Amino acid sequence: MSIKEADRVLPVTTRESDPTRERRSVLRPSRIRMYEPLVIGTLSVFFALTVWQLVANARVYSVLFLPGPWDVAQAFVQLFQSDDIWLDIATSGEELAIGYGMAIVIGLTLGLLMGWYTRFQFGLDPFVNFFYSTPRIVFIPLFILWFGIELQPKIAVIFLGALFPIIINTMAGVRNTEAALLRVARSFGASDALTFRRVVLPGSVPFILTGFRLGIGHALTGLVVAEYIAAKHGVGQIIAIASQTFQTPKALAGVVLIAGTGMLLTTVLHRIENRFQSWRPQIR
Amino acid sequence: MYDRSAKLAAKGVVIEYWLQRSRSLFTAVKGVDLEVRPGELLAIVGPSGCGKTTFLNAVDGLLPIAGGSLTLDGREIRKPGRDRAMVFQQPGLLPWRTVLGNVIFGVEAQGTMSKSEAIARAKQQIELVGLKGFEDAYPLELSGGMQQRVNLARALLTDPEMLLLDEPFAALDAQTREMMQLELLKIWSQTRKTALFITHDIKEAIYLADRVIVFTRRPGRVKNVVDINLSRPRDLRIKRDPQFLTYEDEIWESIQEELAMPAERLIAGIPAA
Repeated sequence: MSIKEADRVLPVTTRESDPTRERRSVLRPSRIRMYEPLVIGTLSVFFALTVWQLVANARVYSVLFLPGPWDVAQAFVQLFQSDDIWLDIATSGEELAIGYGMAIVIGLTLGLLMGWYTRFQFGLDPFVNFFYSTPRIVFIPLFILWFGIELQPKIAVIFLGALFPIIINTMAGVRNTEAALLRVARSFGASDALTFRRVVLPGSVPFILTGFRLGIGHALTGLVVAEYIAAKHGVGQIIAIASQTFQTPKALAGVVLIAGTGMLLTTVLHRIENRFQSWRPQIR
Repeated sequence: MYDRSAKLAAKGVVIEYWLQRSRSLFTAVKGVDLEVRPGELLAIVGPSGCGKTTFLNAVDGLLPIAGGSLTLDGREIRKPGRDRAMVFQQPGLLPWRTVLGNVIFGVEAQGTMSKSEAIARAKQQIELVGLKGFEDAYPLELSGGMQQRVNLARALLTDPEMLLLDEPFAALDAQTREMMQLELLKIWSQTRKTALFITHDIKEAIYLADRVIVFTRRPGRVKNVVDINLSRPRDLRIKRDPQFLTYEDEIWESIQEELAMPAERLIAGIPAA
């Protein structure tokens, strides 16, 4: 809803004397407005899928080059009828859970320490900058050399992918604590520990969760690329094999699976974020 | 030496800080001599940038002094302590905490009160500052005036020996400011806490204070002291009293002299705070 529309909702009714006429409050949007994002979003997706299907139906290009959404959906169903799919999902899931979980624990710890202790930051900054500005996938050959082609090299890539956005955002969150709040804490004689727990940490939550969210994207990229290069099982491996054997719909079904995972995790984090932000007045 | 009749005693206080940008030592306050008597409300006014807020920060223990002495009840002030509480110019409330949560933050930081006691007393304090019914509201849902009430309640709950107020109403609109002045006097008359009030608003200083101290331009120092002999309780109409206007003229003249200094001296170094 644009600002102009919001203005129009203001009760400027000239029929104030008429008690039967319900006056709409500015603060309470109508039900239609509440579901507006969902409705528009869904319609937009349907529109895109329809266009895609129509273009695919024209068959200017073969299914190999441009499968339609219906082909992908069928491949998706077939994918789940195969015997290996659950093993593939379990393998990728395990890699993701361990790699991303470790990135959260270690990234959060390092980020908080680097934000709070300047000297710690000075010491680790070169490494963070080095690894963050290097595409982490270049380490895959090295990891395969070190760990073989089991889960470990993928976990390492996922971990390294998610780690740095989490570190950098957490650090920024701590650093961005309002100076005025720190001054208040100091003025009332708050200990460092209390200042950290009650002022710095709660204030950093939005930054930290943003780091987690960026981390998901990096983790999934790491997962697919690592499995692409060498793996026995995994969703990335499905995509790799399917595209190498010209099963484009199947490859895209794998992509849908990965993207769905990413969207699901991001939504979960969004929910958590909103819970922490309940103090923010909701102005749309 | 130490004057027994004084609560706060400042003798030749010098405050300097290092300015990284110009790589020079900046003298904000140079040779402040003043006393705040027990139970007195003393206001400091002065031209903008004269170091009055800097001086208050030193009294709170947030800034070290480079020279002279600063004592509260005869004890040297070195760091923030339980005997002082500051009401800040910017409310400085934790946005994720409710009014109640913010009011108890001061005592929570000091660690002097059990949580249940803090909450019980905070509720009384919230009522005293006129925020009853808003205990569970978040700062962003409050107006500027209400936020400053929370700021005040937070300081009062720590029950300090001395209350420090740093232009607490400067950011409010004119009407709210006047109402807050009235309310502050009402609250203050119930507790009669020794208070040091910084402002650039001459009327506000006269209306609130027992004595008004005028600072010189930077580096700040006490220029003159004006005793305000207006009976209490004071209501807002007193601001049109002939005696009030006489004080206002006197203080205005005094500040005017400072502002009338050659322009280049004023521009030379405008401090950050």
